[in-house]
Amino acid sequence: MTITLNVNGKSHQVDAEADTPLLYVLRNDLDLHAAKYGCGLGQCGACTVMIDGKAALSCVTPLLVAQGREITTVEGLGTAENPGPIQKAFIEKQSAQCGYCIAGMMMSGAALLKHNPKPSDDDIRAALRTNLCRCGTHMRIMAAIKRASELMGQQAALPAAESNRSAG
Amino acid sequence: MDTFDKPDNTDIENSASEHSGPELTRRGLLMGTGALVVSFSTANAFAQTPAPAPAAPAAAPAKPPALPGSLDTDRYLDSWIRIDAQSKITVFTGKAELGQGIRTPLMQVAAEELYVDPKDIELITADTGRTPDEGFTAGSQSMQNSGTAIRNAAAQVRDLLIAQAATQWNLPADQLKVEKKRVIAPDGRSMGYGEVVVGQFLHVEAQPKSKLKTPDQFSVIGRDVQRVDIPGKVTGGVAYIQDLKMDGMVHARVVRPPSYSATLKNLDDTAIRKMPGVIEVVRDGNFLAVVTEKEYQAVKAMHALQLAAQWDEPAKLLDNANLSAELIGLETEVGTVAEAGTPAFPNGPTYEATFSRPYIMHGSIGPSCGIAVMKADGSLDVWSHTQGVFPDRDAIAQMLALPKPKVRVIHMEGSGCYGHNGADDAAADAALIATKVPGRPVRVQWMREQEHTWEPFGPGMVTKIKASVGADGMIDNWTYDLWSNSHGTRPGDAGSLLAGRHKSNPTPLKLPKININPNGNGDRNAIPLYAIPNQKILWHYVNQMPIRVSALRGLGAQPNVFSIESTMDELAMAAKTDPVEFRLKHMKDKRGYDVIKLAAEKFGWGKGTPARDHGVGFAFARYKNHAAYLAIAVELKVEPDTGRVRVIRCVSAIDSGQAVNPDGIRNQTEGGILQSLSWTLYEAVQFDKTRITSADWSSYPILRFASVPDTVEVHIIDRPGTPFLGTGEAAQGPTSAAIANAIRNATGKRITDLPLSRERVKTAIGA
Repeated sequence: MTITLNVNGKSHQVDAEADTPLLYVLRNDLDLHAAKYGCGLGQCGACTVMIDGKAALSCVTPLLVAQGREITTVEGLGTAENPGPIQKAFIEKQSAQCGYCIAGMMMSGAALLKHNPKPSDDDIRAALRTNLCRCGTHMRIMAAIKRASELMGQQAALPAAESNRSAG
Repeated sequence: MDTFDKPDNTDIENSASEHSGPELTRRGLLMGTGALVVSFSTANAFAQTPAPAPAAPAAAPAKPPALPGSLDTDRYLDSWIRIDAQSKITVFTGKAELGQGIRTPLMQVAAEELYVDPKDIELITADTGRTPDEGFTAGSQSMQNSGTAIRNAAAQVRDLLIAQAATQWNLPADQLKVEKKRVIAPDGRSMGYGEVVVGQFLHVEAQPKSKLKTPDQFSVIGRDVQRVDIPGKVTGGVAYIQDLKMDGMVHARVVRPPSYSATLKNLDDTAIRKMPGVIEVVRDGNFLAVVTEKEYQAVKAMHALQLAAQWDEPAKLLDNANLSAELIGLETEVGTVAEAGTPAFPNGPTYEATFSRPYIMHGSIGPSCGIAVMKADGSLDVWSHTQGVFPDRDAIAQMLALPKPKVRVIHMEGSGCYGHNGADDAAADAALIATKVPGRPVRVQWMREQEHTWEPFGPGMVTKIKASVGADGMIDNWTYDLWSNSHGTRPGDAGSLLAGRHKSNPTPLKLPKININPNGNGDRNAIPLYAIPNQKILWHYVNQMPIRVSALRGLGAQPNVFSIESTMDELAMAAKTDPVEFRLKHMKDKRGYDVIKLAAEKFGWGKGTPARDHGVGFAFARYKNHAAYLAIAVELKVEPDTGRVRVIRCVSAIDSGQAVNPDGIRNQTEGGILQSLSWTLYEAVQFDKTRITSADWSSYPILRFASVPDTVEVHIIDRPGTPFLGTGEAAQGPTSAAIANAIRNATGKRITDLPLSRERVKTAIGA
């Protein structure tokens, strides 16, 4: 069946079986690789995206549920050439080892910062409670989300014309 | 490093990395008919004659001189460095990016000696079709082996470029300089590197000595160069094998037997073949797989195939509740790891204990993936996140009865592996399936439960220590017995691959033999680095492997250091000495002494008393007793009601020799500390007599953000001009022991069985 998805501000028509989890469509049909397959069980967070501004596990989100809603992936935060504040912060703090979990971390972080621009350490820990990292990059991930909060604060302080680009 | 690794190169490297060596001077540089003969004069008399002299026919071939790092096995400079006519520099390494960030420091060492920016270098990693064979990317040896080779090759290439330009300009080489990929004469004339390099110019054998830059000349080594792989990884680039797409690619899922020894009894796959998108149902002995056009179709077909397959399952696993006795009961032979003096325990304070570690999972966040295509000419290309493209190639070729040159294995990064996980098996799965659908690239993605239940685990181990302290407060006697499988069942042989064992005409796993060598295996770090006059260390070898095992970060070092360093604290108490002071008194290695001092100082060891229910603990090890030194102090809190342990802060000091990328060392060490914390507090593979039952993250819990410490500090002692010692595995053992010692400090109870779980702590404190 054909389903319309709104991903990173663009509308896409995808032809897929209705029970296909959103993750497979993002990765294979829309060529958006950032969200990762980690468990397919909603246990590890590697597949995290934002749906309507909230962190969501795309490996257990059926396509039909995602239809008509605003989906944001890491690709919607910026590009390698023009990274957004969360991406800049992860690069600046060198917050990856293998990096496989990092896209999910960034999306959980993005959803947190959207609603809580100045999170405490405990807020960050709570927002990342469903995200697993095996390399032990946790300290740097938390530091990057704090740094992203600062960068977004600086961006918000800029004249309005420049600050429209949000991290999600 | 495990038993299948290449011999350790530390000694070679020591001699090759001297910076005070003689100047490499040009003596003859002859351009002939397409052949180039290069010779150097060095004070160490490694000079060759300018013209090649044929060896006397009767003379035995002289053993070639040892070359630095992996140059010793791939001896031509152009195996490592090539420069094209446009001065584009390509560096080749047989090592692989596993998430440890190795690409960046390898580019740094090459850039340093070539006087270029790391960005000017393209790095090609492990590929049987293109790069040197450097065995496995394992044992924290990439900088030692590959870094040393590349650095020396780069220095020699640079000097060849200078020598060649000097010949053309008829100028003394020492008047020339290099800058921005150009050789420059004092009068301003210059030639690009690419203009100097013609034809086979770099196809020359490397020399034993290189004119390496001295630390005061460094502009790239020792700098926190940002990792080259991170921008792609945080912006959704094609960063992992899981992200690769190829024209005509099909998706496959394997259906593994429900347990190690299960055999297929019955299967009717008629309905599965009719499912949407199904191209093929592969049945080859006990090997089952589905191949479909779209990925999720493969998942659904896999589930249907799982339901359709009926298996015979024998109950052959160990009794996990009684693991230590089970392992000891499986002992097949005893090997002596070390022996000195005559340990005897007449009187005086003696400590005796049995320690254990359960089977531990690598637990990669991304399940393994492999891609393979069988081409029209009968050759097979395989993409894999294996740690060893060459051994994996050999194993796959054997499994498929193909000549090795017909199989090419190309490394592509996967999720962090921390040792031998499912990577090689997924590559073999893809290779076997590709032979059934020739012409189409086959992508096999393992499911979470497959990675959890089929990866080779870090072996369970048991250790027994008896040790005593003399009247002088010094350890006088020490006996140590350890029970362990080999920690190495890596490829090389088809029997190491699940597909090789499951297909028809299977190749059984070759059980490794006991192998005691300086790198250690199950016995890695079994010898305390402390001065102990009487000691005896034995490896009670367990030949059978009822649970699938192989190399996990650190091999035996984690359980051995956990045991040794727990005992050191008990002996310090018996000697009524502060545990840090006690270690220092027994440490004769200056660099070991220095990291212990620094970690203690930065932690504020001995200053103040821990708060109520808090404890502090300390531990140290030199990885493999010849690699990186690491000491760590931790502070933690034990919740008396629940037994829950929360590590609050960790302060470590590490000496990895010459630090190439300090932030890379910090990143790896922070990761090692947190991963070891997770192993130590939470992890144990669960199984019943038939099946592995830790099949997902709820049945195999690991560290979560709620339990991450407040701070983790890594202090580096840089040793400019000394050999690279590697970093990746140094923290695994000391972290475990420091946590155990801190729990002892907080509660007064010594827990000797890993993990130091909430239940065990609660039981120990009688809460």
